[in-house]
Amino acid sequence: MTERGKILLLHGGVLLALFAAQYLLPAYHANNLARIMVLAVYAMGYNIAFGYTGLLSLGHALFFAMGMYGAGMAVWLVEWTALPAIAMGLAAGAVAAGAVGLLALRTAGVSFMIVTLMFAQAGYLLILYFARYTGGDEGFVVEAFGRRPFGLDLVQDGPRYAAAFCLFAVALAGNLALVRSRFGRVMLAMRENEARSRMLGYNPFRVKLLALVISGLYAGAAGAFYAMLFGYVGASFAMVQYSILPLLYTLLGGAGVVLGPLLGAGLMFYLIDIASGLTSAYLMVVGAVLVVLVLFAPKGLLGALRERGLKWLP
Amino acid sequence: MTRRTLNKAEPSRRAVLKGIGAGLLASTVMPGAVRAQGAPIKLGFQLHVTGIGASYGRWYQRTADAALKMINDAGGINGRPVEILYEDDGTDPKRGAEVVDKFVNKHGCDLVFGTLFSHVVIGSAPRAGELKVPYLVCSEGYHVASGMLNRWTLQPGITDARSQIVSMAPWVAANLGKKVTMIFPDFAFGHDHRDFFTAAIAAQGGEVIAQIAVPPTETSFTRYFPQIPADTEVLYHVMVGPAVLTFVKELGEFYGSGPKPAMFGFIDSLEAVDIATPGLEFLEGSHFWEGHNRMKPADAGEHEAAYRAAVGVDDNGASVSDPKDVATYSHMFSAWETLYIIKAGMEASGYQGPADRQKFVEAVEAMTEIPYGIEHPQGAKRFNGKTHQVFGTQNISQVQGGKLVRVHQTSIEDGLYDDAVDYTAQPF
Repeated sequence: MTERGKILLLHGGVLLALFAAQYLLPAYHANNLARIMVLAVYAMGYNIAFGYTGLLSLGHALFFAMGMYGAGMAVWLVEWTALPAIAMGLAAGAVAAGAVGLLALRTAGVSFMIVTLMFAQAGYLLILYFARYTGGDEGFVVEAFGRRPFGLDLVQDGPRYAAAFCLFAVALAGNLALVRSRFGRVMLAMRENEARSRMLGYNPFRVKLLALVISGLYAGAAGAFYAMLFGYVGASFAMVQYSILPLLYTLLGGAGVVLGPLLGAGLMFYLIDIASGLTSAYLMVVGAVLVVLVLFAPKGLLGALRERGLKWLP
Repeated sequence: MTRRTLNKAEPSRRAVLKGIGAGLLASTVMPGAVRAQGAPIKLGFQLHVTGIGASYGRWYQRTADAALKMINDAGGINGRPVEILYEDDGTDPKRGAEVVDKFVNKHGCDLVFGTLFSHVVIGSAPRAGELKVPYLVCSEGYHVASGMLNRWTLQPGITDARSQIVSMAPWVAANLGKKVTMIFPDFAFGHDHRDFFTAAIAAQGGEVIAQIAVPPTETSFTRYFPQIPADTEVLYHVMVGPAVLTFVKELGEFYGSGPKPAMFGFIDSLEAVDIATPGLEFLEGSHFWEGHNRMKPADAGEHEAAYRAAVGVDDNGASVSDPKDVATYSHMFSAWETLYIIKAGMEASGYQGPADRQKFVEAVEAMTEIPYGIEHPQGAKRFNGKTHQVFGTQNISQVQGGKLVRVHQTSIEDGLYDDAVDYTAQPF
C-alpha cells in the first residue's frame, strides 16, 4: 500500500471509529468524547505552531478564550444566532494570534514563551477588568437560542456529538492537508533549521506568523465550539493552565503527529477522570505519568511509534 | 481443600426462619429501631477538594457526612437509605460540568448538590438543565435569583450575597457611620459588594465616598491606602485569598496607633483562618458579617450544640480533634441544610426515582417558611419558589479579645429584595 493510502486508511478509520462511538458508547463516555474532540482541535492548533513549526507558546489560552468569548459575547450581548457567533469566534482567535504574532515573533525560544505568556495573562486580566461585558471571573451562560446552528439543538447530546465530530473531522482534514502541503514542509524546515530556510529564500517571520494565525484559528474554533456545545463562557478558560493543557496533550500524544493531540487529549481526560475517583492527590498521579512519559517516550506515544517503524505517520 | 458441611452446631433452617421473622417484627413494631430499606437514594456532591475552594471542600464534606448520618439513623428518605457520592471538581467550571455528567450518566445519581464557588455553579448549571437533574447549590451567588440559570438549579440552603450585603447597610449606617469607603477585589465578588452595598447604604441616608478596586493579582496594598478619603467613617473591606493577611497587616501599618475609621468586613476573607493569627491584631474591635457564628454565641439556639457535636466543631469554631483546623463555619451549614431540604422535597413529592425529578423541583418550589430546628441550625428561613432562592437571618460580630462576638442579628425581612425572575414560569 502506498504511503498516501496508509494515511487515508488510518485517519479515515479514526474518523469512522469516532462516528460509530456515539452509537456504541454509553452516554457518559460519548459526552466525554465530544469534549475530547473539541479539546483535540485546540491541541491540534497548538501542534501546528509547536509540533510542526517549533513555536513553543504559553499564550494559546488567549486564542482559545478569544474564540470562546467572541462566540459567547456575540450571543449574550448582541443576540446573534449560532453561525455568525461561531464565525466571530473563529475570526477572534485568528486575529488575536496574528496580533500577538506580529509582536511576539520578534523574539524566539524562551523569550517567545514568556512574551506569549504575558499576552495571555493580559488577556485574562482584561476579561476580569471588563466584567460588565464579559461576566468577569464568574462568566456567563450561553442562551439556548444561540446554540441552534442549522436547526440543530446543541443542548441535546446527539446534535452536540455530531457538531463536535464535524468540527474534528474538518480540523483533521485541514491539518493533514496542511502538513502534507508545500507550506507544511516549509513549517517543518523552520522548526529544524531556521537559518538554512532563510538562506533558501523563505521568510521565517512570514511563515511563522501564518502558522501562528492558523494555530489561532484552530484554537478560536475550539473555543467557539466549546461555548456553543457546553453553554458556558468563563475567565478560567483564559488562565495559564489552559495554555499548558494543549502542550501536555501534544507532548503526550506526540508532537508533530497529526493524531497526537487526539490521543493526548483523550488519555489526559481519562487519566484525570479515573485518578480523581481513586485519590484526591490525582494531580500527583498525572505528574508521575508525565515524568515517566518524558523519560521513556520523549516524543510522545505516536512520536515513539513513528520512530519505531511507522515512519509514514504525518 | 475443605468442604463445609451442616453440623449440629449450626442453626437449623427452622431456627433461621424464626430469627428472621423475629427480626422483621422487631424492626416494624419496636420504637427506635428505624432502618431504611431498599436501594439507596444516590446524591452527587460536587466537592472542591483541590483548587482555590479546597479549604471549604474539606469542611463541606464533613458537614454533609454528619447530616447524612443523622438522616440515615432516622430512617433515610422515604424509607430508603441515602448515599452521597463525592467527586472533586477542582474548583473549575469545566471540570464541574463534567462531574455533573459523571454523577448522572455514570453513577446514576438522583440529583446533584453542594457546589460553592460561583463560577463552578454557572459552568455546571447548563449541564444540569440539559440532563434535567435537580442541582441544589450552596454558593451564595446572586446568579440563581438573578435569573441567569435554569429551572433545575435552586439555592435553598444559603442566602445569596445580595441579600447578605443589603441587610448589613441599616446596622452599619446606624452604628458605624454614613460615609463609607469600600476596598474590594476587582472581580465579580467585589463588584457584587460594590454595587449592592452602594445602593443599600444610600437608601439609609449614607454615602459611599470612595470605591477602591484592587486588581486580583495584587500582593501588596500599601499604594491603595492613601486613596482612602480622610473623612471616611467606615472602611468596608472584602479582600479574599491568601493576600488577606498582608492586606490587614499593611492596613495596620498605614494607620499605626493614630485615629482610624470603623472597619466592617465579610468573614469570607477569613474563613478557615484563626482570628487570633499573628498579624491580624489590627482587626481588634472591627466588625464582620457572619452567616453562622463561628464562636458559639451565649444566646445560641437550642440546636446549636447538637449541630456542632455532629459535625465535630468546638465552641470556637475549630475541629474538636485539632483546634488549629478552623472551620468554614459561616458557610458550611448550607451543606447540612440543603441535605435536609432534599429530604423534605423528596418526602413531599413522594420521590421514588429519576422519573420524579420534576415533582421534586416542584415540591421545593412550593416551600415557603422553613422553621428553625436541627434540620436548619443556622436559623429559620423563607424560600422564594419563583427565584429559587432562600432568605434568612444574618449576623454581625465584633472582634473582641481575638474572638468573634455576635453583636447583632438581622431579620429575614432585612435581606429581601424584588424578584428578578419567575423560574416557575419556565418549562422544565
